[in-house]
Amino acid sequence: MSEVSALIGKPWKKPPFIQRPWLRWLLIVGFVAYLIAAFSTIEVNWSRVYAGLERGEKFILAFTQPDFTSRSSDIWEGMIESIVMTVASSVVGIAISIPIALGAARNVAPLPVYLICRSIIAISRALQEIIVAILLVAIFGFGPLAGFLTLSFATIGFLAKLLAEDIESMDKVQAEAIKASGAKWTQWINYGVQPQVMPRLIGLSIYRIDINFRESAILGLVGAGGIGATLNTAFDRYEYDTAAAILLIIIVIVMALEYLSGVIRARVQ
Amino acid sequence: MPVQDLKGQKIWQRRTGRESLGHWVIWLIGVAIFAYCWQQISASTTWFFVWDAPRIANDIWTRATPPRWEYIAQLGKPIWDTLNIATLGTIFSLILAVPVAFMAARNTTPSRFIIRPIALLIIVSTRSINSLIWALLLIAIIGPGVFAGVIAIAIRSIGFCAKLLYEAIEEIDETQVEAITATGASRWQVMAYGIVPQIMPAFAGIAVFRWDINIRESTVLGLVGAGGIGLQLSSSLNVLAWPQVTLILLVILAAVVISEWVSAKVRGAII
Repeated sequence: MSEVSALIGKPWKKPPFIQRPWLRWLLIVGFVAYLIAAFSTIEVNWSRVYAGLERGEKFILAFTQPDFTSRSSDIWEGMIESIVMTVASSVVGIAISIPIALGAARNVAPLPVYLICRSIIAISRALQEIIVAILLVAIFGFGPLAGFLTLSFATIGFLAKLLAEDIESMDKVQAEAIKASGAKWTQWINYGVQPQVMPRLIGLSIYRIDINFRESAILGLVGAGGIGATLNTAFDRYEYDTAAAILLIIIVIVMALEYLSGVIRARVQ
Repeated sequence: MPVQDLKGQKIWQRRTGRESLGHWVIWLIGVAIFAYCWQQISASTTWFFVWDAPRIANDIWTRATPPRWEYIAQLGKPIWDTLNIATLGTIFSLILAVPVAFMAARNTTPSRFIIRPIALLIIVSTRSINSLIWALLLIAIIGPGVFAGVIAIAIRSIGFCAKLLYEAIEEIDETQVEAITATGASRWQVMAYGIVPQIMPAFAGIAVFRWDINIRESTVLGLVGAGGIGLQLSSSLNVLAWPQVTLILLVILAAVVISEWVSAKVRGAII
């Protein structure tokens, strides 16, 4: 009661987001010190920025009149290659990640298999797509094969991890019921596990196709095929209207994929 | 229930005849598309290089090991730059993403038919273009360097942060907002006392999550000239200094693992 009566008459103050005062002040002081240190090391050439603003304006204006025609064959070839890479790598990546996801789920796989599959996932997730692409281009030569392998490899880490988490959190009762009917291991997976994780698998796969398409747009920068090479050339030649056209196509395809994935996910769930 | 009659014995089946036919057609189309795609890839591949690949990989491996450890003395500044690109980029993007998120959320948008679609368009277009492409573009406009990297990361992150944030705003408890409104609070007071405290944990979580992703992305921005450790990576690759490349890759790997650990810890503490 005394606490309440002590508070009467005093104006209310919003409680702070971080309760402990020493931690709050430490974070604030540390953050400000970091910001000062960071800003003091960044060199900005303001005259160069000012000179470039005109070019920036030109680029933004290019979006109002993108040039789809004058480089249409290059754009078309690059886009087809990007889409081909996306489809092929998604199919292969998903096909490989399903067994790895089964192996990385503790309630399905024994410990040694679990550890192997988890380390495959960890390696695939830790390595950046573009770095993998550089190495694979060095090994396999220029062209879409390196991009295809890169995207397949990246798909494994993403899909197998999320799918394994879903398998681990599945309803045990259904799987046990199938086992009690005398099912073999493959039948158990097929009738006890697979129906439970199927909606999630479809949702994740479509999401990954979307990501793979976006990534395929940059793999061309390091020579791994796709629209990126065309885009890079357009930037280098200051052909902003062509670059704007390519970016608009990418945005439209990503939007379409996102819409499609929303529709399909709503249907399977 | 689909049941097949086999010599007077009823056998359970998973699908009816028509359903399984439909499945077969879908699979057939899928396989045909995949075969076509594979053919396209195969046609533009020099297969001689592929058969030669194990030898090349082995060759690169022998050149790349052991890593040139003494080179790490030159990596301090690039790593600091990379950290700055990721952190400052995240801060700028959050500053830009908050108003976009409030404009995109159904319950806080000032106008549902004009401003909300514009905000959603900003979210989609910034999200669908990779930070490397933003960096390429900004280098052409404002010149190479760390600053271009910061802006590229900032623009790229707007969509991600704003999308997650507006979903959090749409899920808030309306009764709290109503209670604040009932006290006679102005529009801004409702926002500050009714909405902001509810989305603060989500906001902090999104910030740290995106910072973690940005550390990953900023390590490679240097490949196109936007500063950070990627610059060292691309110059080492250009002079075929493979032992240096190995060391840089190890440093990048360590940075990614540390940032993921930090972000997991902080998010665990918030939620």
